Amino acid sequence: MNLDVDADTAAFRAEVREWLAANAPAAPLPSVDSAEGDAAHREWERLLTGARLSAVSWPVEYGGRDAPPMHWLVFEEEYHAAGGPVRIGQNGLFLLAPTLFGHGTAEQRDRLLPRMARADDVWAQAWSEPDAGSDLAAIRSRATRTDGGWLLYGQKTWSSRAAYADRAFGLFRTDPDAERHRGLTYLMFDLRAEGVTVRPIRQLGGAPGFAEIFLDGAFVPDADVIGAPGDGWRVAMSTAGHERGLSLRSPGRFLAAAERLVDLWRDSGDSALAGRVADAWIAAQAYKMHGYAALERPPGPHAGSLGKLFWSELDLALHETALDLLGPHAEVRGSSRSGGWLDGYLFALAGPIYAGTNEIQRTIVADRVLGLPR
Amino acid sequence: MKLTLSDEQARFGATLHDLLDAADVPAASRAWAAGDAVPGCAVWRRLADAGVTALAVPEKWGGLEASPADLVVACEELGHHALPGPAMETVAAVPALLAALGGAAAERWLPALASGEALATLAAPPWLPYAVDADTAGVSLLAARPAGAADLLASGSPTAAARLPGATGATGAIVARPARAAVGVWVGVVGEAVASVDPTRRLFELGPGEMLADDAGGAVGRALDLGALACAAHLLGAGRAMLETAVEYAKQRVQFGQPIGRFQAIKHALADVAVGLEFARPLLYAAAVTLTPRDVSAAKVACASAAHRAARAALQVHGAIGYTEEYGLGRWLTRVRALMAAWGTSSDHRARVLATLTAQAEPWS
Repeated sequence: MNLDVDADTAAFRAEVREWLAANAPAAPLPSVDSAEGDAAHREWERLLTGARLSAVSWPVEYGGRDAPPMHWLVFEEEYHAAGGPVRIGQNGLFLLAPTLFGHGTAEQRDRLLPRMARADDVWAQAWSEPDAGSDLAAIRSRATRTDGGWLLYGQKTWSSRAAYADRAFGLFRTDPDAERHRGLTYLMFDLRAEGVTVRPIRQLGGAPGFAEIFLDGAFVPDADVIGAPGDGWRVAMSTAGHERGLSLRSPGRFLAAAERLVDLWRDSGDSALAGRVADAWIAAQAYKMHGYAALERPPGPHAGSLGKLFWSELDLALHETALDLLGPHAEVRGSSRSGGWLDGYLFALAGPIYAGTNEIQRTIVADRVLGLPR
Repeated sequence: MKLTLSDEQARFGATLHDLLDAADVPAASRAWAAGDAVPGCAVWRRLADAGVTALAVPEKWGGLEASPADLVVACEELGHHALPGPAMETVAAVPALLAALGGAAAERWLPALASGEALATLAAPPWLPYAVDADTAGVSLLAARPAGAADLLASGSPTAAARLPGATGATGAIVARPARAAVGVWVGVVGEAVASVDPTRRLFELGPGEMLADDAGGAVGRALDLGALACAAHLLGAGRAMLETAVEYAKQRVQFGQPIGRFQAIKHALADVAVGLEFARPLLYAAAVTLTPRDVSAAKVACASAAHRAARAALQVHGAIGYTEEYGLGRWLTRVRALMAAWGTSSDHRARVLATLTAQAEPWS
């Protein structure tokens, strides 16, 4: 075993660090879930793309660098250490793109990925429905066959980023007679198309971070089906794996928060919280080392479930400990001292819910990893 | 970068598992607890034949001079089977200490440790106030500051980290204390016995006998770090054993007309155990690579916490049967409770992590 870093990786880290030092916004951008923030974050993504840093592991022809996965972890470490903005394109970059690489056509990749990298298209997720949350296979929104494509009907909800996004991807029932996991199709659609109504929903923090989507005959061409019609569950589960695991929540985010937490603790002099600070830092380090180790062997199909349980609890531990260190200042929103931690805390609260609740993940781990009876 | 086992290391672990599986460790443990070390020593001799006792011994004294990663593989398997005997002392800390002291001390004992002729034990307050199995070990060492010096040190100590061997020079976190007495190493004189929560850990006070070194703080600190690393591996192995046992039990035990493993309360508790073990392991391997006090401490905290969670869940899944002496879950459960506090408590190690972090800016990787 060793922790040696090759020269290529070290050089890449130095390049990213230098570029971010010169280009990362000095002050936080406005909330990504506002019109002003939406524009500012798209502008930032164009800058990143100009430096070929928006998706370093993608092939060169789509705007990436063909970089090994280690470089992506390194990019993430540097990005979060530099306090880089929320990635407005993350639904596309981290969830849809892996699905397109795994199940999409060359035409789809050529058409969609470069625009995704530049945030010309910002993508929303359209999975959950009012009666299909944890029980995703219960979805009822349907796509009916029409000339050259499909017509969408029904309702999606809790669609992350849909308030300002351009397009969405999700599952639709195309064969109402099939068993519930079958007869589903993975589709991409235009949020501004005729027959689509988006109603933003304000989250705990007050911003419209997700939305309801009402569909009444919106048209989807055949070219925007991913995988075969009826094969959507299988395709979607590959995306779910990305959403839960390393791809969506890389260690960099938690390492940066852990370093800030240690700084906050040192300044606070609060010895009663030392143990929690140390535990949170150790857990972030564990997630980092686990991520490095995961690059050496193909992760098991349910690695994402183990990882999701770990990072979502870690994120809460980091932010709850920080707020406890801040004492009575912790409730103050928008202040330079507490604001970031409070926003991060509100965001972390959602972690055990989205991407499949932690209860669903525990059941997956118990059934599929430990082999307990179903 | 490589943080997974090589094929060879994986085979080594599997070989040790098979060896211990065939050795009736439960019977050896019962005998050991009753004061009969013969069956347990027979298992240790088989481990010696497989190279385990030679791993941390330099080649010049008949050892294998293996990497700490190999040591971690072996120690995890010893914990996996809750083997009785002074494991961390014999395979990690004492050979490391003797090798660092070199000279006559090394010559005198290391060949016997490597070949498995002798087990070794160590007392090193405050981490190790007692020597385990000093009545059985062929080598008992005491590492300590001369009487009085410990009090002086403790009175000026802002955190537990300051009391830890190696904390001062290695990290720069603690202000140097000119009054600090040097750490000496003695051959231990076996004193009073005390009982452990783990009946196979026979604890003894040690008094100073023949002095081997009068200023060996660095060597003792490094030896204790290797011991703490071995202890972390032992804990991880014990935690894994309890998860495996609990999963098997949950598949078989029927209540309300179905295996209890079908109930979500059971599934979710065991899933959390699996998560804890899964994410403690990379810290253990990283610490085996760097051997820095910070990384060793992080691994010890994470492995202790994961093993503790495994112990609680496994006992709960088993219910009353797990609480009996006869069933044997207690071999791991009491081992974990003992080792959580030995080789530095989690509080000690957390304090050391923070001391290293706040003393200097660490690079990202």
